[in-house]
Amino acid sequence: MNPTLQVTDLHKRYGAHEVLKGVSLTARRGDVITVVGASGSGKSTLLRCLNLLEQPHRGTLSLDGEALQLVPDRDGSLRARDARQLQRWRARLAMVFQQFNLWQHMTVLENVIEAPIQVLGLSRAEAMERARALLERVGVGSRAAMYPAHLSGGEQQRVAIARALAVEPQVMLFDEPTSALDPELVGEVLRVMRDLATEGRTMIVVTHEMGFAREVSNHTVFLHQGLVEEEGDPREVLVRPRSARLQQFLSGGLK
Amino acid sequence: MNFDAIAQNLPLYAAGALTTLKLLVIALAAGLVAAVPLAVLRSRREPWARGPVWLFTYVIRGTPLLVQLFLIYYGLAQFAVVRDSVLWPWLSSPWFCACLAFAINTCAYTTEIIAGAIRNTPHGEVEAARALGLSSAQVMRRVVLPSAARRAIPSYGNEVILMLHGTSLASVVTLLDLTGVARDVNSRFYIPFEAFITAGALYLAITLSLVGLFHAAERRWLAHLAPRS
Amino acid sequence: MLHGYGLSLLEGLAVTLGVALASLAVACALGLAGAAAKLSRRPLLAGIARVYTTLIRGVPDLVLMLLVFYGGQVLVNELAQRLGSDGYIDVDPFIAGVLTIGFIFGAYLTETFRGAFLAVSLGQREAGLAFGMSRWQVLRRITAPQMLRHALPSLSNNWLVLVKSTAIVSLIGLNDMMQKAQQAAGTTREPFVFYAAAALLYLLITSVSELGFGWLEKRSARHLMR
Repeated sequence: MNPTLQVTDLHKRYGAHEVLKGVSLTARRGDVITVVGASGSGKSTLLRCLNLLEQPHRGTLSLDGEALQLVPDRDGSLRARDARQLQRWRARLAMVFQQFNLWQHMTVLENVIEAPIQVLGLSRAEAMERARALLERVGVGSRAAMYPAHLSGGEQQRVAIARALAVEPQVMLFDEPTSALDPELVGEVLRVMRDLATEGRTMIVVTHEMGFAREVSNHTVFLHQGLVEEEGDPREVLVRPRSARLQQFLSGGLK
Repeated sequence: MNFDAIAQNLPLYAAGALTTLKLLVIALAAGLVAAVPLAVLRSRREPWARGPVWLFTYVIRGTPLLVQLFLIYYGLAQFAVVRDSVLWPWLSSPWFCACLAFAINTCAYTTEIIAGAIRNTPHGEVEAARALGLSSAQVMRRVVLPSAARRAIPSYGNEVILMLHGTSLASVVTLLDLTGVARDVNSRFYIPFEAFITAGALYLAITLSLVGLFHAAERRWLAHLAPRS
Repeated sequence: MLHGYGLSLLEGLAVTLGVALASLAVACALGLAGAAAKLSRRPLLAGIARVYTTLIRGVPDLVLMLLVFYGGQVLVNELAQRLGSDGYIDVDPFIAGVLTIGFIFGAYLTETFRGAFLAVSLGQREAGLAFGMSRWQVLRRITAPQMLRHALPSLSNNWLVLVKSTAIVSLIGLNDMMQKAQQAAGTTREPFVFYAAAALLYLLITSVSELGFGWLEKRSARHLMR
């Protein structure tokens, strides 16, 4: 069976500063991959290259065997050759952002039905039914008619997860989903993510939450200065790290 | 295009530009001097102090400069008591009326600018001054006004440019400012493009100089608020 | 008190409002185009937009209007001559006025819309793109609705200045409020009364506008208020 998402030899630089120096990743159906590393290690950049919110300078991306066509852009990075293919690609991945990025001028419900209607072409009725079920599922059903600014951080992030689920993605991308939350709100979001993992969703999660990585993910990648330093089963890698840098990172030395 | 006529009339344009600048300086000076005490009144809490000033700025800022100019130049002449008064030689002179109208206009806008800057004084600075025993007048004179003056520089620079453009209305009451000269040249030689483009270019040059001046002022006097470089 | 010229003044008011609204429409169109040009990554477009805004802010409204009116007169008649016509065509002061004032405020609205666009946080747009929405969909569904809220204060200020600017169109013969006041003043020899009346009508327009914009601003921010 084809791996769901295959990433090979990703390079990305900002001017002269190279942030990703050749990172490869494979995500199979049902994998929950956590990406960890110090600030500046390139983990967010890696994730954002997967849906081309950042344009890599080298590398290939393919989903279920279909490669995303890339051509050189004016500044040397690679951009999608076909805008339509990019849109379809992005619609099969869904992202949950650190800052939630819920659309402020729309209610919670409107946020969740927006992409299904505009991108997938669902009817308003179908989208609303799907949305209500998902909002109930993540525990914010009662907030459907409210605006994001009136919700707590944890509630907003759960809405963001519902919004991502609504497009029925093949792979879910989480960019430090709990980093912007007050400590007491982190738990409710991690609980939802744990449920998704148990359900068999394919997830790639950039995170600082080592507990989550150890207990929920089945593969952890430790990124250091743009390269994969160590990877493997989190119960091995995070408990008995082989590389010195990972040991340093886990003991709090590498920030 | 025939720029020869323009070349011949360059001295006229220069004189016009000078007139424009004279009008501008007189209006700005008079307006600014009056605006400072008015701004202080405007930012007081007592309604009897800020009410009248508010009304003044509200009416002036809510009506076109052209109307204000006409009210002074044409309108006042309606009243016999004005025509017979000792002020008549001034109130019938286009120069005086234009300067008066422009000064009143810029005074209203400047009052609001300074009052706004006063209101935006960091409260902690005022508290510190009071706590050190300075009187209200001293606080205003030594802490609030200097700080407000600096904060007002960007907005005031804008107002100066707008007033420069406003002086072009002097041409409507027969004065030979830059616009007046352009209209004159146009009516004599029928070369609207050349005549008005030349005036436009001169206004642009004056504007850009003023903008440069104010940027320099901002760099010098707002340095304490700029990001550390 | 107005010697029967009240109705005439009100007719002038209608013309003034007409010029103002038409100019606003032109200005919005130019402002959006200008903002798009300034925000685009093409240096030529951004450069043209910069020249446009610099020129407008450097030259008085009156000079531009006289240029458009008298210059336009010359252009139109030369063109007509070349196309074989004999007569003399008059440029309509309404059109000259709307084109000039629209053109002038298009420059100011360029900054308004540009600022409003930049005020919408990048994350909002990224979320739209990340879900597979096209750039156009993101602009229409995410960015534009939020831009409005940010544009309102500046839009309101510019509208007020625009309304007052329309007074100069009377100088090229438009039968607006100023012209009507002038005519009434001429026949009754009471210029003060009529210019004061015109002033009050302008004050009415600006006051009502301020109230209207205030209401709009409150409404557009209701998704943020607790």
